[in-house]
Amino acid sequence: MTIEAHASGPHPNPPPPDGGGGLSNLPPPKVGEGGAQPKAGRKGAQLGNVLKQRVLPVAVVTIIILAAWYAGAIWLNSPQAAEALTRAGKPWGTMDLIAHTFTMKRPVLPTPDQIVVDLWNSLTGYAPTSPRNLLFHAGVTAQAALTGLAMGVVLGVALAAGIVYVRTLEYSLLPWIIASQTIPILAIAPMIIVILGNIGLTGLLPKAVICMYLCFFPITVGMVKGLRAADPLWLDLMRTYSAGGLATFLKLRIPASLPFLFASLKVSVAISVVGAIVGELPAGAQAGLGARLLSGSYYGQTVQIWSALVMASLLSVVLIAVIRGVEVAVVGPIIGRGSAAR
Amino acid sequence: MSGNPYQTSPYRTSLRTAADWGLVTLALLTAAALTQPIGIKDGAILSWTADPIALLFLVGSAFSVVGGRTAPTPAKGAWVELGGAAMAWLLPFHLLNEGVDLSRGWGLWLYLIVATVMLWRVLGVLSAVPGWRRSLLVPGLFGLGLLLGWEVLVRGFQIPSVLLPPPSAIAASLVKHAPVLWDDFRQTVLTSVVRGYVMGCGAGFAMAILADRVPFLARGLLPLGNLASAVPVIGIAPIMVMWFGFDWQSKAAVIVVMTFFPMLVNTLAGLQTSERIQMDLMRSYAAGYGTTLVKLRLPNALPFLFNGLKINSTLALIGAIVAEFFGTPVVGMGFRISTEVARMNLDIVWATIVVAAVTGSVFYGGLALLERATTAWHPSMRRR
Repeated sequence: MTIEAHASGPHPNPPPPDGGGGLSNLPPPKVGEGGAQPKAGRKGAQLGNVLKQRVLPVAVVTIIILAAWYAGAIWLNSPQAAEALTRAGKPWGTMDLIAHTFTMKRPVLPTPDQIVVDLWNSLTGYAPTSPRNLLFHAGVTAQAALTGLAMGVVLGVALAAGIVYVRTLEYSLLPWIIASQTIPILAIAPMIIVILGNIGLTGLLPKAVICMYLCFFPITVGMVKGLRAADPLWLDLMRTYSAGGLATFLKLRIPASLPFLFASLKVSVAISVVGAIVGELPAGAQAGLGARLLSGSYYGQTVQIWSALVMASLLSVVLIAVIRGVEVAVVGPIIGRGSAAR
Repeated sequence: MSGNPYQTSPYRTSLRTAADWGLVTLALLTAAALTQPIGIKDGAILSWTADPIALLFLVGSAFSVVGGRTAPTPAKGAWVELGGAAMAWLLPFHLLNEGVDLSRGWGLWLYLIVATVMLWRVLGVLSAVPGWRRSLLVPGLFGLGLLLGWEVLVRGFQIPSVLLPPPSAIAASLVKHAPVLWDDFRQTVLTSVVRGYVMGCGAGFAMAILADRVPFLARGLLPLGNLASAVPVIGIAPIMVMWFGFDWQSKAAVIVVMTFFPMLVNTLAGLQTSERIQMDLMRSYAAGYGTTLVKLRLPNALPFLFNGLKINSTLALIGAIVAEFFGTPVVGMGFRISTEVARMNLDIVWATIVVAAVTGSVFYGGLALLERATTAWHPSMRRR
């Protein structure tokens, strides 16, 4: 579902006219992004431009968000903090209150530095195999997510090949595949776990099935486009080589579809992580980032919830980066950023 | 289909050639089916000849294939063959009514495979030509076939309903638990989802307009928006439940956070689709920012806006249901699923899932219809 959201992302150019200034002055052809480089090729100027146009806005917005976060921590934590300070019996002022809101053990909203410290302690304080190390939980979740992704790729590519080659499948099955995505699939997660548990499947596989169910769709849709993306001229060329259906599929259609496959994979892996986390919620799982979220919410360990959340985000970002790396290695750096999928 | 002399029919060319392998397969399968029993009744093996009605069904199906081949047009032939397939799918219900155990009636199952092949042939003919048959009838028949197959397999092989109840049991449970399901629907959809969706999409839209006026903000927010699409946002559900309590406010908060960035990113992308020459025209009319926005840029952005709204319709339902896994008043679809799964009352869980599926499809379909109504003029809506 998020293919479009993802793909429509990279449009950082704000519309040139009337940036902030209303209509008062005609916009001089404001050479937005690549502009301000009268003599192109000067690397320093370009770098400065990149810093100014890309890094600075992100930094400023991030700082604003962080400032709002600390302010929110003061606002949300102060009632409890005030109570705690009063109970301590010592006289206290505003600064004491603020300091206390930033250092509470079970704050309503932990501050970013608390989360980072908790994350750091967990990552460095224990062996990676210890259940107190978040890497262990991230590993459990990643295992389910990647297994599910692999199953989803197999299913998705098989469905796409069927849809591309069999016209009846295209008109009978494809509408149902699309309709299946408008239903809240994650709601079925507990059900799948219970059903598979009944026939003796527990642990990794039920979670992987949920992930598979979530991530085959972007792959099917992407690969249907991708398998049809081979240039008709190349298809004719294959015909002049007297290549059969299988050879055309393996040597032309599959390679031509790779950019689409990778664009879909990047979307799918993010969904797959979500699926694995939600799959860990209902089963009372002992390990995994979802289990950390659940136990954190049971025992009111807000810092634990937040650090699990940050870890989950890091996990998806790392997995996407890995897929991007494979894409650059396989397809080459020119095509990418999901732009090929449009 | 018929009546168009220029339309060469694939039915004529593929099915009427000398070696019709589909037909040969059908004949062989039918012959094999005749040698096998159709079930076990009162401990005794039931053969085809013992049940005249069953034999009648089989003969009817066979005649429908022959009749289909001699029909004046392939479309009419397809209808006849469809009738034969339908007869085949009715037979197991007749046998189940008679109390026959189908689990080892291999003759019947072979007959049903024959019927599946027949249905497949019919779908092949119907999907050869564009039109309502291809876009509505083919997926409809396919879905109906899936439902019938599910029903017959589950009841025929007596699969425990804890694993997979037949569709008829789910329908019965829908009727039986209707009041409970309605309360859940009202709590989850009409209260949490609608409010969260309106707030989240509204906030994303407003922020996009703001970022449009302040390009600096857009450049800062867009990378974060892309990051947010990679991050499991659903994980904030336990936090929101802690902050806003068990009632709809926490679900709406989760939905707001989930829907904000897709709406923001799509609106911003949509606002940039107006062309320079159109903007220049608006300027030559001395139109202000607001007028240009309302009369040019927002209409042009509509396909993107609807894209965001459609993505968010699914996200909102997921957000509400998953947030209810973390805590809710004793009503709501997520609550119903998580508690009844634990108590092994799977029929009501399936009924809830059906409600959720229908809600999601109607939500999405409604937006798609609205999109078609409001952007019929847009190039993206042109028929290819």
